[in-house]
Amino acid sequence: MKQSKHAVASSLVSLTCGLLFGLGLAVSGMTDPGKVILFLNLAGHWDPALLFVLGGAVSVSLIGTRWILRQPAPVFAHQFFLPKEKHIDRKLLSGALIFGIGWGISGYCPGPAIAALASPNWETWIFLPSMLLGMALARSLKTARHKQVLCNP
Amino acid sequence: MTTLTIFSALGGGVLIGAAAMLLLWLNGRIAGISNIAGHLFHAQAFERRWRALFLLGLVAGAAAYYALGGSAPLAREHFSPWLLALGGLFVGFGTALCNGCTSGHGVCGLGRLSKRSLAATLIFLLTGIATAVIVHQLLGVAP
Repeated sequence: MKQSKHAVASSLVSLTCGLLFGLGLAVSGMTDPGKVILFLNLAGHWDPALLFVLGGAVSVSLIGTRWILRQPAPVFAHQFFLPKEKHIDRKLLSGALIFGIGWGISGYCPGPAIAALASPNWETWIFLPSMLLGMALARSLKTARHKQVLCNP
Repeated sequence: MTTLTIFSALGGGVLIGAAAMLLLWLNGRIAGISNIAGHLFHAQAFERRWRALFLLGLVAGAAAYYALGGSAPLAREHFSPWLLALGGLFVGFGTALCNGCTSGHGVCGLGRLSKRSLAATLIFLLTGIATAVIVHQLLGVAP
């Protein structure tokens, strides 16, 4: 019984957190890729908005995370699901580099590209399928390399 | 930049941070959009559910803001669909390879003081800036 109550509560939490996140993206203007490019293009009419958005979000996250991770477990789950990888490897560096290039070209990162489905901007109907294709390509590459390592250690 | 846009940028950022913290505190999950979206289709059923709900909320949150009179961005007039497709491919490939994006590495990772996330964030900010300057300033593609 307790388990199913938790399942309902955690589902509501997921929906609500997505809602707040999407609201934050829209309020801050980050669902507008033109505004993102005005930040990234330092040589143009520079718009520092993204810096304030990231600053606000990271401040909350810095304070919140310290307190949250001192708790024994999350309220509606038995454990915190944190990334296990600790080392800075080539995959991390090259992935971030490629992501930055795509971001600088288009002005979209994944969150705003999905939230933009709510706006009349059709661009994301081209961007999103391409992004999902890119993710699938990277995953199949990772699996292939993983198999290679397993076969030829 | 006006005082109003500074406040809306900061306020929006605080909302994003608060959403990420609530998700971590209550459900123990990282609000990294590339991971939530990337594992939506191939994860197990109980993993699919919260991801789908979060993404539904993400769209609904932006929709609510536009419905309440917030200005909704339109498509850029002279932006090439090919550049959108290329950008999407790079963003998808890159975020899946480095396991995170602006939210996962930027907001959540920096808050956790993760070295991996700090490295990733510095790199995608730098290459993002360099690419935007080259493509949109030097080559003159309309932003």
